Amino acid sequence: MPEPVLRLERLRKSFGSLIVTDDVTLDVVRGEMHAIIGPNGAGKTTLINQISGLMAPDDGSILFAGVDVTRLPPETRALRGLARSFQITSILPGFPVLENVALAVQARAGSSLRFIGRAADEAALNLPAMAALEQTGIADRARVRAGELSHGEKRALELAIALAMQPTLLLLDEPMAGIGGEETERLVELLLRLKGQLTMILVEHDMAAVFTLADRISVLVGGRLLITGLPDEVRADPEVVTAYLGEQME
Amino acid sequence: MTGAAALAAAGRSGLLRPRRDIVLPAAIFLIFALLPPFASLLAEQYLVDLATRVMIFAVAALALDLLVGYGGLVSFGHAAFVGLGAYAVGILSAQGIDDALISLPVAIAVAMLFAFVTGTVCLRTKGVYFIMITLAFGQMIYFVATSLAPYGGDNGLTIAARNTVAGLALLKSDRAFYYVTLLCLLATYLFCRALVASRFGRVLRGAKENPARMVTIGFTVRSFQLVAYVIAGGLGGLSGFLLANSTEFVSPAFMSWQRSGELIVMVILGGVGTLDGAIVGAAAYLGAEEWLSGMIENWQVIFGPLLVLVVLFARGGLIGVCARLWRWFGHA
Repeated sequence: MPEPVLRLERLRKSFGSLIVTDDVTLDVVRGEMHAIIGPNGAGKTTLINQISGLMAPDDGSILFAGVDVTRLPPETRALRGLARSFQITSILPGFPVLENVALAVQARAGSSLRFIGRAADEAALNLPAMAALEQTGIADRARVRAGELSHGEKRALELAIALAMQPTLLLLDEPMAGIGGEETERLVELLLRLKGQLTMILVEHDMAAVFTLADRISVLVGGRLLITGLPDEVRADPEVVTAYLGEQME
Repeated sequence: MTGAAALAAAGRSGLLRPRRDIVLPAAIFLIFALLPPFASLLAEQYLVDLATRVMIFAVAALALDLLVGYGGLVSFGHAAFVGLGAYAVGILSAQGIDDALISLPVAIAVAMLFAFVTGTVCLRTKGVYFIMITLAFGQMIYFVATSLAPYGGDNGLTIAARNTVAGLALLKSDRAFYYVTLLCLLATYLFCRALVASRFGRVLRGAKENPARMVTIGFTVRSFQLVAYVIAGGLGGLSGFLLANSTEFVSPAFMSWQRSGELIVMVILGGVGTLDGAIVGAAAYLGAEEWLSGMIENWQVIFGPLLVLVVLFARGGLIGVCARLWRWFGHA
């Protein structure tokens, strides 16, 4: 078995008396697309927030590429190769699309303490940014203000920002949420192309997309990990069907 | 479309600066440059004094616009930096050190140091709390100044003469001092203009729009904000250096919270996040003060409603109005 890129060890988190992450232990191996599914309120986003560093767990540890990052701030984790997208699209709406991505390139390039020279004109930042936009299929929108993009295009932009960070692990928090038919298909195709090139954790409610994309699936219910396994194992698990899939598959 | 071709296309249209961005500042600085000969022609010497004050406050307002307009950091203690710069000049002069080669770097350094120490604390807060804590630090330094008995306390401190420059009395004449101030304003403006478009400025602007996004792509947002705060503090110190030399007097009133409020009003009146607006706002505010206070003692009674009207009906301040007029006249 390949080495794990991410290892969660006995992770716990509660908001007051509500336990949102209940003793979660999970390995995500290099190159896999690992889906996390579960009913609303199962603690999926909270788990993603703890992995990316926006929330601190109460107990347990997070190992990323063999290093304990449990106490590292989110920006340090990002620079070490941990990228994420948000359930509610998080972009810079007032910036041109290209600059949204160029900023991610700039973060990796370091040396942001430069006070002269127009950053928007730097080819060294713009070319990799453009490449990421081409990868996600919105290169022709590079000059538009990001706020003017359609919802699906914003999703693609967020993905381009993440790709420009050249991550080793990409956390996708419901990338299909709120987008429709054709755009969903295009996103699934894009993720299929990315599969294998980098490790991904996919939180998603669209079961068709999950079973198309995922190498392995973990089911989270009430903060607890019910099962981790291959798609067919998960689909067949009676406990999962009662807790979640039953209603989804109707 | 290949990346390079798309970039070239982007350069041809959107990413190049529109012409209006150059016309307005060029006009502003041309007016400042031509004002003294014009004023002596009209025998209206007070215009030069007024314009000197405008330029000095414009330096501080530019620095504040960096924080408010580009960093989203509403600092309510900006006058403290101006006051510290002015007191550095006053106290050094009282100790017999009256050369700008020493007092100018000291004025800027003291303000930057204060910005660094207080900024480290203030930037742990956000929004209204940031406003309150910057105000608190401003008031703290104000009360320190009022209690400086050896340096005038409440009454302030008179400076014997303007600073010399390398021993030469370059700043002695009001005309010369005017043009030195203009140079300082121009340098500040160009520096700020370059800064907001630079890599650093882009991070600062990004953090204003969406700090969570900036953190998750790998920027330590707070450090960038602290650097901006220290830079703005240094520019405030420069403004204080000029103010002390211009009036040959320093007073705790320079750093009162009312003065901080006036600076915020200047920035909002001119147009937040435009830089040009900071200069226009300083001119409009001090001009209105001069003009209205000649007519009525409590001039704020008139100025207050005017400000309300600008905020309500002229989004983007006076600069926003200018931009709309510019479009009307067909320069779209």
